[in-house]
Amino acid sequence: MEINIEHVAHLARLGLSDEEKKTFSKQLGNILQYAENLNKLDISDISPTSHAILMENVMRDDKVEKCQDIESIMKNGPEIEENMFKVPRIME
Amino acid sequence: MIDKTAHELHDLLIKKKISSVELAEKVFLRIESVEPQIKAYITLTKDEAIKQAEAADKRLKENKNVTLLTGIPIAVKDNMCTKGILTTCASKILANYIAPYDATVVTKLKEAGSVIIGKTNLDEFAMGSSTENSGLQITKNPRDLERVPGGSSGGSAAAVAANEAILATGSDTGGSIRQPASFCGIVGLKPTYGRVSRYGLVAFASSLDQIGPLAKDVTDAAILLQVMAGYDPKDSTSVNVPVPDYQKSLTTNIKGLKVGVIKELMGEGISADVKSAIKSAIKKYEELGAVISEVSLPSFEYAVSTYYLIAPAEASSNLARFDGVKYGHRSQEAKDLITMYYNTRREGFGAEVKRRIILGTYALSAGYYDAYYLKALKVRTLIKQDFEKALSNCDVLVSPTSPTVAFKIGEKANDPLSMYLSDIATIPVNLAGIPAISIPCGNANNLPIGLQIMGKAFDEETILKAAYAFEQSTDWHLKK
Repeated sequence: MEINIEHVAHLARLGLSDEEKKTFSKQLGNILQYAENLNKLDISDISPTSHAILMENVMRDDKVEKCQDIESIMKNGPEIEENMFKVPRIME
Repeated sequence: MIDKTAHELHDLLIKKKISSVELAEKVFLRIESVEPQIKAYITLTKDEAIKQAEAADKRLKENKNVTLLTGIPIAVKDNMCTKGILTTCASKILANYIAPYDATVVTKLKEAGSVIIGKTNLDEFAMGSSTENSGLQITKNPRDLERVPGGSSGGSAAAVAANEAILATGSDTGGSIRQPASFCGIVGLKPTYGRVSRYGLVAFASSLDQIGPLAKDVTDAAILLQVMAGYDPKDSTSVNVPVPDYQKSLTTNIKGLKVGVIKELMGEGISADVKSAIKSAIKKYEELGAVISEVSLPSFEYAVSTYYLIAPAEASSNLARFDGVKYGHRSQEAKDLITMYYNTRREGFGAEVKRRIILGTYALSAGYYDAYYLKALKVRTLIKQDFEKALSNCDVLVSPTSPTVAFKIGEKANDPLSMYLSDIATIPVNLAGIPAISIPCGNANNLPIGLQIMGKAFDEETILKAAYAFEQSTDWHLKK
């Protein structure tokens, strides 16, 4: 079982060192090989369970509420300017 | 004083034999003396705690709004948001994060008048079974400092076991409350999915995560669950059903209680010491008048595979939010947006988190979704059905909480699959969403063994009753 680590890491926007790529490749290969045991089951007629309990949409009343204080939200930003989060330029 | 339970301390507090401030100070003295070895806490909040204790003393003095938790020192797992106080998830990516709000569970603890001692260590983002995956520090098992406390709520379990807190909160995605409780010789309860609000719990795997109590005995677990439980409009997965009075279920008469022993969790892969302790526990249940039968849940063979596809898939999606933009670490080596994401996540996440993000992203990616993720969701249905069938004939099911006692630090650190396999007994419970409790039921070489008791969805009362009856007729919970 071989994962194309490079491709998957890109999908996850996750930088990995060469060492990590090598180690994960092997470890995840082992895990996926173990997970092959699921193929022993005939599950073609089984419906999937994504939540253990019945889930339904929850709506709240459409009324104005006070937001948490902006200052304590903004001060967690790694780079802020005038209540905005700064990021590297995304367009030339 | 600090080795007492919350309900014993409550009696002393209301009789004015001790004060809450005195109790909090004793806990901090204890922390000062043992914390250099145990390392259960990431953050201690002594100043706030003393203020909360003073407020609790005022409530006790005026006899106003006194609850069973008023003045009781409690530790909070560091993946639950606390306003104005660090919430790190034991990750470098959140090492400086100060939540702008309290998790609902934390709000409830504060309203009850409890005294929050600090925030406890965990496997980074609750991913792990030993707390060795913490990005910040290694927690030791108070029963044997060379061994892990279990995980991911290892800091909370160690804090309670070492009397560095009277109670603690934990979260459980695949066993993260029950297994550390088992390894540290205390009680841990994972409530039904939807029973406790997760608002303010940093999400790991949203269809599996649940918050619950860690405590020194079953009564304390029931008392803490009482405060935590209930519908919360802020959590769309919390369920609006009545919360019973859990202390009322703590009776010792279990004559006729139908106890099913899970065959698949008493065979291969379970250590001889653990098996013999569980067999003795079953014998005790028989003496107490319970009706024992063996039940088979054949789908358990597939539980580890199912879980380790679903949980990483959900995690890879949940952890996409850590991008270095609005909070947490941002890499300084970033020329453009995409390298900012890459480097921020490379620098901020530890190995296990990266492993699971890769595994989960892979299982969800085009071409593999049907083969892995969807297949796992279907097998999840089989596991749920097996539980439903077994629980239609039994009131509770029992098994070991963990196949072994606490293992040595470093023993499994380089072999993720063997670490994952050690979750075999706890994982199916999360996949089915049902409640389960782990209680001490034996020792092997002075290391505690946990008995897991599982029940029907929203029937925490019956597992508490079964646990209480066992505890009252044995003294494993008193062993240190």
